[in-house]
Amino acid sequence: MTHPAVSSTSAPAAALQLWRGADVIQKASIVIGLLLVFLAIFAPLIAPFDPSSQSLISRLRPPLGFERAKAGYLLGTDELGRDVFSRGLYGLRLTLMLAVLGATLGLLIGGALGLLAGIVGGRTEAGIMAAVDTQIAVPFTLVALFLLAILGSSIEVIVLVLGLAGWEQYARIVRGEVQRLMNMPFIEAARAAGAGPLRIARHHLLPNIVSPIVVQFTLSLSNIVLLESTLSFLGLGVQPPTATLGSMVGIGRDYMPTAPWIVAAPAMMILLITFAVQILGDWLRDGADVRLRER
Amino acid sequence: MLSYALRTLIRMVLTFFVIVTIVFFATRLSGNAIDFVIGEGMTSDDRDLLITYYELDRPVLSQYFAFLRSFTDGQFGLSFIERRPVAEIVMERIWPSTQLLLSAVGLTLLVSIPLGIAAAIWRKSWIGSAVMVMAFLGYAVPNFVLATLMVLVFSYWLNWLPVVGNGTALHFIMPTVALSGGLIAALTRFTRNAMLDVLGQDFMRTARAKGLPEHTVIVKHGLRNAGITILSVIGLQVAGLAASGSVVIEAIFAWPGIGDLLVTSALRRDYPVLQFGVLTVALAVIVINAVIDLAYAWADPRLRHTLKG
Repeated sequence: MTHPAVSSTSAPAAALQLWRGADVIQKASIVIGLLLVFLAIFAPLIAPFDPSSQSLISRLRPPLGFERAKAGYLLGTDELGRDVFSRGLYGLRLTLMLAVLGATLGLLIGGALGLLAGIVGGRTEAGIMAAVDTQIAVPFTLVALFLLAILGSSIEVIVLVLGLAGWEQYARIVRGEVQRLMNMPFIEAARAAGAGPLRIARHHLLPNIVSPIVVQFTLSLSNIVLLESTLSFLGLGVQPPTATLGSMVGIGRDYMPTAPWIVAAPAMMILLITFAVQILGDWLRDGADVRLRER
Repeated sequence: MLSYALRTLIRMVLTFFVIVTIVFFATRLSGNAIDFVIGEGMTSDDRDLLITYYELDRPVLSQYFAFLRSFTDGQFGLSFIERRPVAEIVMERIWPSTQLLLSAVGLTLLVSIPLGIAAAIWRKSWIGSAVMVMAFLGYAVPNFVLATLMVLVFSYWLNWLPVVGNGTALHFIMPTVALSGGLIAALTRFTRNAMLDVLGQDFMRTARAKGLPEHTVIVKHGLRNAGITILSVIGLQVAGLAASGSVVIEAIFAWPGIGDLLVTSALRRDYPVLQFGVLTVALAVIVINAVIDLAYAWADPRLRHTLKG
């Protein structure tokens, strides 16, 4: 396997270089990933139907090509006669949106705390690292269940829960990187030149920790998609009638013996997302070798 | 070693205390639980009565101390919905969960350690690649999708396996496999990497040069050394993964364990049960981690000797 070279060339050139270095599976993952993002962004334009409009006459129709299929309903209809394809597109859109928001929130919380721990040190650092250890010690699904039960399943709460899901990884990575960098001569030079901690953080530390953060972001994205889908599947995520991929699988499960297509389409989409993101994340990690740098 | 054990114990207690505190204050943050549970159609007199009964009208701090005290006298309150002691409800669920967990961990060990070793030995042949592809699939396929697919195929289409409950041995098959999927993937990858590290060591070449048969070399010299690292991952990852996984799997198969209880009490906002259930699982995970941590320190001679000094 070839690894992407981490260099500071211009963005299009770097992208081309990455593409050339990828093997077939990695290229497929990039294409699938871009396609899913495209479908998610343009869901309102692509979807033939309103995802929530019901039509009880044409309920539980199979996908096109099967007996009893109804023209126009590419992937069939669900128990309320809603178009599975349109719901899938909107579900994909919401799932990806929640995942990106959650991962970003986690990055911001964890990054800020990690930076603080690395720069300030002392008690602050000990406190933050104790919080990190506590978070690692408790299985996060429990925390998520608990928070959603007491705060309710609004979009804001879900994003908050997803954001809390991965912050400790960022905090650990950023703190480790900062500590490594703080001992380097160029930081000392900056300090000698009169730069304050904020300036050092912005101009000297952050640019140097971008690549491990990007890798962690990609890896955590697939975990967050999984967590969100799991919670919606259990009925604790975004509430009906709004579709997310997980809740489509969860609700469609009851109709599985007679209408397995309701579950098949969203389940396939979840698999495609996690496969593509996981492969890309592994690939980026091998290239940037975060694990080796973590120590 | 003793001081190490003591430190582990103290850390364990501290972590648990922090979790208890967070759980308590998070629950109170959410406003008055009674409003969620009873819903509409309740007179304000009845509401006041219930609030006084559950002591929700006292200052938060005194509620907190009462909550802490409940750990010493074992009175954790009543379920909002079942009106039975919370501890009783949770205790009934522990054994089914333990059974499922043990069978899943058993299957994981049986499958992933041989597979991991095979993948390390035949790293460059198709066996190694096949195992790694399987491990990747197990990692990327969410357990609820796997469980749903299995139900579709083995229960609805083939009609071989029961879907709901834990009555017979047949009931164990699907939940165990669905719960093990992710664990097997994680542990196979890990076993392979640990074995690869060991296989490259000088003492392996020495063992072969002595003329020992290959299987002795692999098992006695290889696996024993890799085993210590494998043990650590079983504690650190498997306990957490299994706890998260069993929440989902038990809910899907209506397995009468703690995971299922947590999901139902979260959906019904039965806070006392949810609170106690979450704390029970958290405590179990912390204790398992600590025990494995100690076993790890004890099993690794290098660590054991540093700790003695």
